[in-house]
Amino acid sequence: MRGNGRLGRKRPPKYSAAALAWKGLRGQSWPRVWRDCDLKRSYDAVVIGGGVHGLATAYYLARNHGMTDVAVLDKAYLGSGGSGRNTAIVRSNYLTPEGVAFYDRSVHLYEQMAVELNINVMFSQRGHLTLAHSDASLRTMHWRAEVNKLGGVNSSVIGPDEIKKECPSLDTSDHPRYPIQGALYHPPGGVVRHDAVVWGYARAADHMGVEMHQKTEVTDILCEGGDGPDGKGAGGRVTGVRTNRGDISTPIVINCTAGWASLISTMAGVRLPITTHPLQAAVTEPVKMFLPTVVVSGSLHVYVSQTDRGELVFGASVDPYANYSVRGSLEFTEGLAGHVLELMPGVSRMRILRQWSGLCDMTPDYSPVMGHTPVEGFLVDVGWGTYGFKAAPVSGEQIAEAAATGTTPKLIEAFALSRFDDGELVGEKGAASVGH
Amino acid sequence: MLLVPCPNCGPRNSTDLRYGGESHARPDPNTASPAEWRAYLYLRDNPAGWLRENWYCASGCRRWFSVERNTATNEFRDPPLPGDKRGGAA
Ligand SMILES: Cc1cc2nc3c(=O)[nH]c(=O)nc-3n(C[C@H](O)[C@H](O)[C@H](O)COP(=O)(O)OP(=O)(O)OC[C@H]3O[C@@H](n4cnc5c(N)ncnc54)[C@H](O)[C@@H]3O)c2cc1C
Ligand SMILES: [Zn+2]
Repeated sequence: MRGNGRLGRKRPPKYSAAALAWKGLRGQSWPRVWRDCDLKRSYDAVVIGGGVHGLATAYYLARNHGMTDVAVLDKAYLGSGGSGRNTAIVRSNYLTPEGVAFYDRSVHLYEQMAVELNINVMFSQRGHLTLAHSDASLRTMHWRAEVNKLGGVNSSVIGPDEIKKECPSLDTSDHPRYPIQGALYHPPGGVVRHDAVVWGYARAADHMGVEMHQKTEVTDILCEGGDGPDGKGAGGRVTGVRTNRGDISTPIVINCTAGWASLISTMAGVRLPITTHPLQAAVTEPVKMFLPTVVVSGSLHVYVSQTDRGELVFGASVDPYANYSVRGSLEFTEGLAGHVLELMPGVSRMRILRQWSGLCDMTPDYSPVMGHTPVEGFLVDVGWGTYGFKAAPVSGEQIAEAAATGTTPKLIEAFALSRFDDGELVGEKGAASVGH
Repeated sequence: MLLVPCPNCGPRNSTDLRYGGESHARPDPNTASPAEWRAYLYLRDNPAGWLRENWYCASGCRRWFSVERNTATNEFRDPPLPGDKRGGAA
């Protein structure tokens, strides 16, 4: 980690087998991973949202730009939003050249993460299969494969025989109502332990001097000079935030609140092309390993992977109507079970242990909204929908650069809020609506 | 399960209906500026609270109507207003 030496703070304890044995034998416990700080009255930058995006942004502000007078504020606890609820899939086989380049950078950053943050994020690049059950979806898979190859991403279309070889438990016969006709196969895709990523960024950012404030809710954003009430809105600039623990002055506010993004943006007088929908997921009891890859079926609205503990983790598409409540529904589990059995009749006796849901900030084109807004100093890193976990490293890196330098890095130019004024949407629905 | 009050059919499971999103009056396409039109197309209030929204009663009377729902608690209030998707209030 570059920041360590430069800032001259004590190195965090190394996590290693030797340290574990040593502490275990001597009955020592581990020190707290991040500090509890008093909330100051001013910071160089305030990040709203202590999910994986907010924490990655703070980490890169400190690491790449030497900005350490940064506070990350979360109304609940770190990782309490989508970051602690997702199904942990990481991949880069998107549909647009902009999307492919962006997510591919993220996969590379994930590959280096365990070493960089000294925490085992358990990145398992086990391969990712997106099944096609119709000519139309097979055509989309070919399209994606070609765009992927041009972007240097390992991705190709395979037929039912090869699918059966990769994943023997899938029913590749012509018996199901929608037989499997082929799949987009993406070997570098896989899963990462999502909590470890949150903790890893938090610990590394804390170590460089960033402050994390939990149970600190932003209730207003203070602006001046804008065209709306209280100086908010286009043409104005940010002067600070109001929280349940008092006001903070700052010239830079970064909105990393995913499902709550519209509420925060409204506080600055910025309207977003976002609606909030819950996404549900479920997990079964653990069984022996039998599912080697991540499997997605867009037509059947379901995806599944097996954890290292042996549980099957399932997900689907977002709930159809906008909603801020995270209550699960029977419709979801019923639909899920039916569709999974179409794919893998062998799991019919398995029992579901838990189901949960998280809020997703959906955009019309299934691409994020990133960068500067018409309010100076107010940046957004939102619109992460159902696919934002995989994007956290690259988003943190790029948004930190945008905030620190006042420019818009090339990799995120296409995702600017202004694309909706210009009608330049980045359509990723074909690659992101079910397989997250 | 969400029971949506259709003005013609009464309460029905949300899976019988199609969600039409926030109800905003459509600007006149002949006079609206591109910016106004795109704001209508894409920008949303997305409040955590009361929202006037459109539903299409797909498996029932097959009509659009608008109704107020609290997006945080999923309660409905006010009698639902019949009307087509474009004509919503606010
Ligand atoms: C069930 C499910 C499965 C998913 N699966 C995948 C997947 O397989 N792969 C993938 O890439 N993505 C997946 N996603 C999407 C992914 O989880 C999110 O896009 C990502 O976690 C967003 O991270 P974030 O840090 O932006 O937001 P979050 O983690 O949601 O964090 C936002 C934070 O903002 C805080 N906050 C909100 N309002 C305020 C306020 N007023 N003041 C202070 N703090 C506030 C919240 O408390 C929260 O902690 C999934 C999501 C869900 C729900
Ligand atoms: Zn009806």
